[in-house]
Amino acid sequence: MASTLAIDGLDAFYGEVQVLRGFKLDLQQHEVLCLLGRNGAGKTTALKAIMGLVPARAGSIIKDGRDLTKLAPHEVPRTGVAYVPQGRRLFSELTVAENIEIGLMARGKGRTTRESVLDLFPVLRERLSQRSGTLSGGEQQMLAMARALCLEPDVLLLDEPTEGLMPSMIAKIRETVAGLRERGVSTILVEQRVDAVLSLADRVAFIENGQNRETLPVQAVRDDPAFVRRYVGVE
Amino acid sequence: MGFGPYFLLASLEGLVTAAVLTLTALGLSLVFGVMRVVNVAHGEFFMLGAVLAWAISTAFAGHPSIGFAAALLVSPLVVGGVALLAERLVLRRLNYDPEATIVATIGLLYIVQQLALTFYGPDARPVQAPFNIRVTLPWFGYSGYKLAVIAAAIVLVIATWLVLTRTKVGLVMRATQYDRETAQAFGIPVDRVYAGVFALGAMLAAIAAVLVVPIQQAHYLMGRDPLLLSFIVVIIGGLGSLRGTVVAAVLIGLSDGIISVFFSPTLAKMLATLLVALVLVFRPQGLFGAATR
Ligand SMILES: Nc1ncnc2c1ncn2[C@@H]1O[C@H](COP(=O)(O)OP(=O)(O)OP(=O)(O)O)[C@@H](O)[C@H]1O
Ligand SMILES: [Mg+2]
Repeated sequence: MASTLAIDGLDAFYGEVQVLRGFKLDLQQHEVLCLLGRNGAGKTTALKAIMGLVPARAGSIIKDGRDLTKLAPHEVPRTGVAYVPQGRRLFSELTVAENIEIGLMARGKGRTTRESVLDLFPVLRERLSQRSGTLSGGEQQMLAMARALCLEPDVLLLDEPTEGLMPSMIAKIRETVAGLRERGVSTILVEQRVDAVLSLADRVAFIENGQNRETLPVQAVRDDPAFVRRYVGVE
Repeated sequence: MGFGPYFLLASLEGLVTAAVLTLTALGLSLVFGVMRVVNVAHGEFFMLGAVLAWAISTAFAGHPSIGFAAALLVSPLVVGGVALLAERLVLRRLNYDPEATIVATIGLLYIVQQLALTFYGPDARPVQAPFNIRVTLPWFGYSGYKLAVIAAAIVLVIATWLVLTRTKVGLVMRATQYDRETAQAFGIPVDRVYAGVFALGAMLAAIAAVLVVPIQQAHYLMGRDPLLLSFIVVIIGGLGSLRGTVVAAVLIGLSDGIISVFFSPTLAKMLATLLVALVLVFRPQGLFGAATR
């Protein structure tokens, strides 16, 4: 299979503190690749580094023959990478419609995109003029996903989209991710719930201490719980 | 003149002060709101606008309205250019660090001030009003130009509000204000937004200054009061709140005018400062500001 995003030898720092050390990751077309690892392992930092929000001091992130580490942060989303940050990070003072508008502006998408995204999350349609900070947690997560999908991305980065949500919402988010794979989107999903990982992922990358220790097909992880125990410490 | 007309006159004077103050404070508030930069040199952009207005308007012969119109157009553009340069050369290099930029803009204040002293000199110089109409009210005549200043400020505030709330540029500015990092993740070139906002803030001060020079002469130290009053307004109104800035500017301007006429300008400044102290103690986020999370 062809790779959509290839990260190699990536070093990233917060100030002088090194967080990613020779980080490698290879996202293939039409797959859901899950990052698993303990708190502070560097999962969020890896996604931020892809977005250019944490500068790379060494290494490369190749997408469609271009090295994203050479781009300014605001140019990364224009290459078709969309980001749903941990904790959602909506523009909470802005309305639902305005959040969506910002997603559309990122790659100059218009009404057709907007309508198809709103069809995915019909509740948002009823709340367009509501301030997004006043939405429920689940609605906020849907808006964060909707805002990202307005880019019509071919690579989607999802950082703990089910954190703190009710089971019904978690199901909805999972269903959406699975649906996106059918539509050809490649997804990097950071997820703490092992059951969700096992049901959604095509492959799993185990992150520890700022490194990708190993990437395995999901079947191998299902077959041998020792992997999860070793890198996450739970079963 | 009876109390009523006297009060009306004082209120009109207060509204003129409020008009100029609103525009100046709006610039400071925008820069702080979007960039989190406290621009101590904001008053110098105001002064520069006034001094340039004198230079430009005296360069034109003929009717004063020609020189004034040229000043109203060119002076804000030049001041915006200076601000852009300062943003590129200073603020960006400091990565917009809130504390470092305070120190840097203090430095900028003295540089601009000394340049004005060197090239413009220590004198206060008047600029002729573009027109000389007196509006006759039943009790007294009032300067038509001053009324025009009030009208111009109202138009500019509404225009700014429309840009911020109804246009894509405004949406981009607000998104940057609320979350710089996420804005970048959605393709917003934050450093260009910052440059634009800093220039816009300076231009608002410059426009206010051009409007004021036919009333108050241009002088190289004239940036001090507008800076102080703008800070007062921004603190009372709530940092980064457009509505709060406007309400507080009208409140401060109007009370300044009225108290100055009936009592003394010093008392007006004292009360304004006292109000700031009270706001800082009892409602630190300002009257309209959201509490910081
Ligand atoms: N803004 C920051 N400044 C300095 N250090 C940071 C910053 N953000 C994260 N770190 C540190 O970088 C390391 C990796 O953090 P990161 O957020 O990538 O972990 P994570 O795997 O996403 O954890 P979690 O599961 O808790 O979300 C941690 O040690 C963290 O303390
Ligand atoms: Mg994280």
